[in-house]
Amino acid sequence: MTQARVARNGSPGSGSPSAPWKDSSQEPFIELQSLSKHFGDFAAVDDVSLKIYRGELFTILGGSGCGKSTLLRMLAGFEQPSAGRMLIDGVDVTRSPPYERPVNMMFQSYAVFPHMTVEQNIAYGLKKEKLPRDEIAQRVEEMLQLVQLPELARRKPHQLSGGQSQRVALARALIKRPKVLLLDEPLAALDKKLREQTQFELMNLQDKLGTTFIVVTHDQEEAMTLATRIAVMDAGKFVQIGTPGEVYEYPRNRFVANFFGQINLFEATVVASDGEHVTARLDGSDTEIRTRHPQLLAPGSHCGIGVRPEKLLISTLAPTQDGLTVTRGVVEDLAYYGNRCLYRVRAQNGRMIQVSAQNYQRSAQLLLEWDDEVFLSWNSDCSVVLSE
Amino acid sequence: MSLVVNPGRADRLWRGLVITAPYLWLLIFFLVPFAIVLKISLADPLVAQPPFSNFFDWSGSSGRRVLATLDNYRFLFEDRLYLVSYLNSIRIALIATGLCLLLGFPMAYAIARTPYPWRNLLLLLVILPFWTSFLLRVYAWMVMLGKQGLINQLLLSFGLVDAPLQFLYTDQAVYLGIVYTYVPFMILPLYASLEKLDPDLHEAAADLGARRHRVFLDVTLPLAMPGIIAGCLLVFIPALGEYVIPALLGGLDTLMIGRTLYDEFFVNRDWPLASAVAVVLLLILILPIMLFQRLSQESEA
Repeated sequence: MTQARVARNGSPGSGSPSAPWKDSSQEPFIELQSLSKHFGDFAAVDDVSLKIYRGELFTILGGSGCGKSTLLRMLAGFEQPSAGRMLIDGVDVTRSPPYERPVNMMFQSYAVFPHMTVEQNIAYGLKKEKLPRDEIAQRVEEMLQLVQLPELARRKPHQLSGGQSQRVALARALIKRPKVLLLDEPLAALDKKLREQTQFELMNLQDKLGTTFIVVTHDQEEAMTLATRIAVMDAGKFVQIGTPGEVYEYPRNRFVANFFGQINLFEATVVASDGEHVTARLDGSDTEIRTRHPQLLAPGSHCGIGVRPEKLLISTLAPTQDGLTVTRGVVEDLAYYGNRCLYRVRAQNGRMIQVSAQNYQRSAQLLLEWDDEVFLSWNSDCSVVLSE
Repeated sequence: MSLVVNPGRADRLWRGLVITAPYLWLLIFFLVPFAIVLKISLADPLVAQPPFSNFFDWSGSSGRRVLATLDNYRFLFEDRLYLVSYLNSIRIALIATGLCLLLGFPMAYAIARTPYPWRNLLLLLVILPFWTSFLLRVYAWMVMLGKQGLINQLLLSFGLVDAPLQFLYTDQAVYLGIVYTYVPFMILPLYASLEKLDPDLHEAAADLGARRHRVFLDVTLPLAMPGIIAGCLLVFIPALGEYVIPALLGGLDTLMIGRTLYDEFFVNRDWPLASAVAVVLLLILILPIMLFQRLSQESEA
């Protein structure tokens, strides 16, 4: 099997092999066609279509109750779709039982069998395939090496730490060499330090094996660091599908903009639009903001203007550069994080604006203090128009 | 894991009390009565008050003399009646335990899978029969199973039989009585262990290629084992020494050790022999309990 390596944060060149979703000649590896799941009157998953390509680490992101877990359970075969089809590698698996799918799952609870040793847990899937004993032993050994647990082979699950249980669950799900690995909140139960480390290990493992991963998570940071592409889900539908960069920098609507990190959002009315830039007047003031936006918007229509806190520059002196949107304000609150500071600035028009600034200089003193008068500025490329 | 605590005086006193209490209970209500029964079993029967000989004889010139005898135990092995009673009891108790398991497992499983307000109701229904006297419930079965009983009348009125069937005073009636009485003791521990089962484990097994019956054999059954063993012991132990049910529902030929024991005590007034029967019964019961201890220790190791 050729290893399809898919670049994370997809490269800009369209049609390049590292971004198969931009290449219309590529065959999707997993395809959901108008998939729905109803529980009574409630549509947990509502007419969803999706193409995932071989070797992707695809993340489905959403809050609790958005339908992401139901979608994953349908892929695993634990839930029957109410409508639609699922294809994996060209084969229709819509009605296949879980034990016949080329798919394995890592559960959020890990679901490690408590009455079996680590070894027995990992071997379980192969035993059900009735493989010869020595082949099972050899592949279990390989798997233990891969997840770096060879010395724990004979332990029982209650003797393992959370991180070790996670590896056992991962090894158990990977040993059958599934075409697709489903991961339900794979890092949620780990503490922060371990989570960061495991994140990288998971990515490396996926690169090494070339298996297609589908991760479900509610954690936007986890989604962004892991994924080749992210599908943002809300109320049973995909709100936006794109690379981490796309969904962060070019959110399609307010929901996505708010879901990923922080954003300063201003309500505004379109004044002019030429298909390249949009000029909009902030509601309740005369301030006009020019933003790059390649779509035509009708003058007079309503929109939101968003600027991420790290895109804003904060200074005590008026910026001299051209093409910047500048506003003045007073520092009302600040939080010191060591590597950066978060300022809450009360602008002249009364709006509260959040600014995140890197602490470039080494100084025990704060560069800006409470009640300092400051200038806030940003480049017109850095704001985003949210028309939905 | 070690607990590092430095308890105060009151704490230590309290802890000592908590630890001593169950041992005291065991001593007063189990070990002492058992010692008395053991002592009587080693005596000779007498027509006297009490109806057995002394353990020691103080009348002799050389002081104390032990009068203990193993005659009663010897007699247990000589008369086939006792062996047959024991074996019959074990057979009936084993079969009844198996029936309770077959009946109780699906019930416990269903209760554990029922969503909440209903689950409590079902559990209540399992316990509900205990609110009426046990004896009353066994009499109720006599009324239903009799020649003129409800079941025979129903069968006759539907024309399914020409003459009333003999239900009462058979081994089957004894099984019915034991299963009916003891099935809650099977259901409750089974429910407790099935309820703890994480449904993710079932899905994980299915995901890894196990069909439904394999999931049951590989995951459900081994994880329910503590409940199965506890339930089986809770049914087997009282069923083995059961007296009321075979006496009321069983036939004259339904020999169970409880009945033999009763007859020795109250009909023959042979207290020493009856005591010997009781001691052997206890030994038979201790065996499976020790086995259970071994098993549960192994599964924890």
